[in-house]
Amino acid sequence: MILLWLIVILFVGGVLAWAVARWSALASRWISLIAVSADFVIGLIVWLRSAGRVEILHQQAWLREVDWSWIPSFGIHFHLALDGLSLLLLMLTFLLGIMSVLASWTEIQDGVGFFHLNLLWVLAGIAGVFLAMDLFLFYFAWELMLVPMYFLIAIWGHERRLYAAVKFFLFTQLSGLLMLIAILALYFAHHAATGIFTFEYADLLGTPLSPHAALWIMLGFFVAFAVKLPMFPLHTWLPDAHTEAPTAGSVVLAGLLLKTGAYGLLRFVIPLFPGSAQAFAPIAMALAVIGILYGAILAFAQSDLKRLVAYTSVNHLGFVLLGIFAWNKLALQGAMITMICHGVSTGALFILVGGLQERLHTRELARMNGLWQTVPRLGGAGLFFALASMGLPGLGDFVGEFMILLGVYQKSTILTAVAAVGILASTFYALKFVQYAFHGPNDHHWTLPDLGVREAIIFTPMIIILLWLGLYPRPVFNTFNPAMETLQQHAEQTLEALRR
Amino acid sequence: MNTADLLALLPFLLVAGTSALVMLEIAAWRSHWLSLGITLVGLAAACGSLWLVGPLAPRKVMSLLILDQYALFYIGLILAATFAIAILCHGYLERHAETGEELYVLLLVATLGSMVLVASSHFVSFFLGLEILSVALYALSAYLHTRRRPIEAGVKYLILAGSSSAFLLFGMALIYAQLGTMDLSRLEGLLVGAQNSPLVLAGLTFIVTGIGFKLGVVPFHLWTPDVYEGAPAPVTAFIATISKGAIFALLLRYFYTVGAQHFRAVFVLFAIIAIASMLIGNLMALLQNNVKRILAYSSIAHMGYLLVAFEASGGMASEAVAFYLVAYFITTVGAFGVVTILSDEERDADTLEDYAGLFWRRPVLASIFTLMMLSLAGIPVTAGFLAKFYVVTAGASAGIWALILILVISSVIGLFYYLRIVATLYARRPEAAPHAEPHSTAGSYVLVVLTILLVWLGVYPASLLKVIRTVLPI
Repeated sequence: MILLWLIVILFVGGVLAWAVARWSALASRWISLIAVSADFVIGLIVWLRSAGRVEILHQQAWLREVDWSWIPSFGIHFHLALDGLSLLLLMLTFLLGIMSVLASWTEIQDGVGFFHLNLLWVLAGIAGVFLAMDLFLFYFAWELMLVPMYFLIAIWGHERRLYAAVKFFLFTQLSGLLMLIAILALYFAHHAATGIFTFEYADLLGTPLSPHAALWIMLGFFVAFAVKLPMFPLHTWLPDAHTEAPTAGSVVLAGLLLKTGAYGLLRFVIPLFPGSAQAFAPIAMALAVIGILYGAILAFAQSDLKRLVAYTSVNHLGFVLLGIFAWNKLALQGAMITMICHGVSTGALFILVGGLQERLHTRELARMNGLWQTVPRLGGAGLFFALASMGLPGLGDFVGEFMILLGVYQKSTILTAVAAVGILASTFYALKFVQYAFHGPNDHHWTLPDLGVREAIIFTPMIIILLWLGLYPRPVFNTFNPAMETLQQHAEQTLEALRR
Repeated sequence: MNTADLLALLPFLLVAGTSALVMLEIAAWRSHWLSLGITLVGLAAACGSLWLVGPLAPRKVMSLLILDQYALFYIGLILAATFAIAILCHGYLERHAETGEELYVLLLVATLGSMVLVASSHFVSFFLGLEILSVALYALSAYLHTRRRPIEAGVKYLILAGSSSAFLLFGMALIYAQLGTMDLSRLEGLLVGAQNSPLVLAGLTFIVTGIGFKLGVVPFHLWTPDVYEGAPAPVTAFIATISKGAIFALLLRYFYTVGAQHFRAVFVLFAIIAIASMLIGNLMALLQNNVKRILAYSSIAHMGYLLVAFEASGGMASEAVAFYLVAYFITTVGAFGVVTILSDEERDADTLEDYAGLFWRRPVLASIFTLMMLSLAGIPVTAGFLAKFYVVTAGASAGIWALILILVISSVIGLFYYLRIVATLYARRPEAAPHAEPHSTAGSYVLVVLTILLVWLGVYPASLLKVIRTVLPI
């Protein structure tokens, strides 16, 4: 039941925030903040309570589960379930949700109620994606998070918001529909083999498929997730959407929406179609490495600060894709840590850029220079998150990327070598960010207010989390490992079923 | 003809009687509210009588009509939609004092025609129903006779529908010439044996042409945008939903009964029509700036989607069509309902400009319109999503992947213009001088009910699916 509450709180909170905005915008902000925080606390309690159990329960047992019949004539269930993987991503969702509400506190001034409605509903959709264990429900949630995100970009975005919003929507919708076809093909293949109509994840695992059919169905899923991830060359919606979105929108896009793609690969693509995924892995990994380099180079080439940060996502998520398709323990653990740390560090960078834009009314690097002199504390935070993003040892991103490289090394030396160059390339954009924005003489004679209390409240926990994951990532591994082992088992079982 | 037959015809008699009653009432004493009241009571009574007829089903009345569960389901749907449209008409007519209440008479007659169509089991009742429907629609389209556009729409519809009827009749004649019967139950056995006869194929092609005109599918779609644009908004809602829905139900019944959808020639013909409708409907809609025209092209595309379900054939296909039509009725009546409410005495609210920033002025109305657009686009939480899902599922179960792929691609194209309308609703613009925008309380209630239905079916369709499953085998 508690899983349902997580989603209901966000839905109802959104409606309430909309309703009260008529009288008070401030009340609307507080209601949103309380709703997301309530979810965060619930998630935290579930996590702490499960901390002991996770170690013991090796065989698959969900930490929490809700399973009701929904549309019986199709065999569709309302099935939500939580394991370590979902739990970690949910915690990230709620954390970044809180940060997004705080980050929009002064930025959003018109349509406050409707803004928070959309923000909370996007979070509800994302939570649904991370929890759904029925493929129909998954697709439902997958589509559901699009509409409020579209509104966030199209209404509160910057100059080219409509173009970016429509592009984002069309990319995800087309790929989503291809996934729907793949889901249905799997559904009917399962029926043909067993005589049962079901969308249930656990039942569909190990569905016997001809290699040809499996490849096509796998590609249907893969395209949907690769667009979200985004994988080179399907990433072109990303820089536009991230740049044009309001700060909260960028945080949710980069921090969470991209993770739904990685989550889908982990949860569905490889366990459901291990054979064809293995066959496809070299292509996916090659594209991942191209994405790593491409993202780093393009980030370096940007003059718009927000676009620079946007391209770093292509770089980081390339590592995640690489780690997922390497499919061994080290790489998967690395991918998980990278997902979380990228969410935190990139989210923080977007909030920082949003703060700068609110002060300067520009995102052009050329108009900045020497900001350290007027906003030293903001500069310090910027330096920290930029270093985290480029993978400085001691901070979370480094752990993740390093483990991915270790894992991938077992599969391919060449790819590891090239991807390692990608880490090097990421130092360029990180240093460019710091150097152009904060260092040097204050040519434009800016005098700006420095980091305020609200911003300090946002950045402090994010800094702490990055340090914590950089120095002591054990708790995350402990939570993730059982889930990961189950996924690997599923993949093994499916492979064996296919061999028979 | 005995009492049981008369009882089976009760819904028809009630609707026909109501139309006569409204006519007499208008002659005796003009009162807009009273006319609406009689119409609504008559429709509700006809709807209630379905429960009396239900136990008799399936019952053949002469050889012309068959009252089975399938017919009753669609009759109920038609009556409910007419009920909603009649209420919407009221607010619309209030703003046009010079035109009288005769619209309700025509509306009831057109409803009667559609009811005959969905229960038809004979070429004669097919043609009779079609003409009752069409003749009433000519007058309805041109109802606002002081404006130019409605007259144009009426005449255009008259000419094209007239010629399509001619095609249809010729097709029927050819089949009759070859097989010697016009009774559907006798055609059932005969047609399959004669499927290679040139006369039968030519006859089928002509019939498909006639039906194609009525459905407004490519290449018989040219009247659709003009009539949609010209006709008064609630009448457009009627044309878009009830007239097309009834024809589609009839198409399904005729072709599935005789098994004609399995003929290779027929399958290919419909596949081409479906593909062309989906692509051309959506692509042409991109070029429009008029909301009614956009919705017209969107309806062409939607008929294409329905034909994909038709092509899937089998039990799941007719279920998918039924669900799709329910969702489509709700959505389309809702969308045109918003247009109706926003229309003033000068003209219908049909330019995109009329909708700019609507959300910031009338949030509820704009939210309803948003949901209707999202439903047309097939986005979750709306009935339109499950409807599209159903169609795709039916197609997947039949393995017609090419058609499904085109459906997917064209519905992504469709997103462009639905999003364009939605974006317009939320556009910010400098506060215009506040001018009184039209209101209609009764109409607003209808919209709210439709929206609740839309979301309810989109989230919890199990109850409707159960009804559809028990009712539908043709």
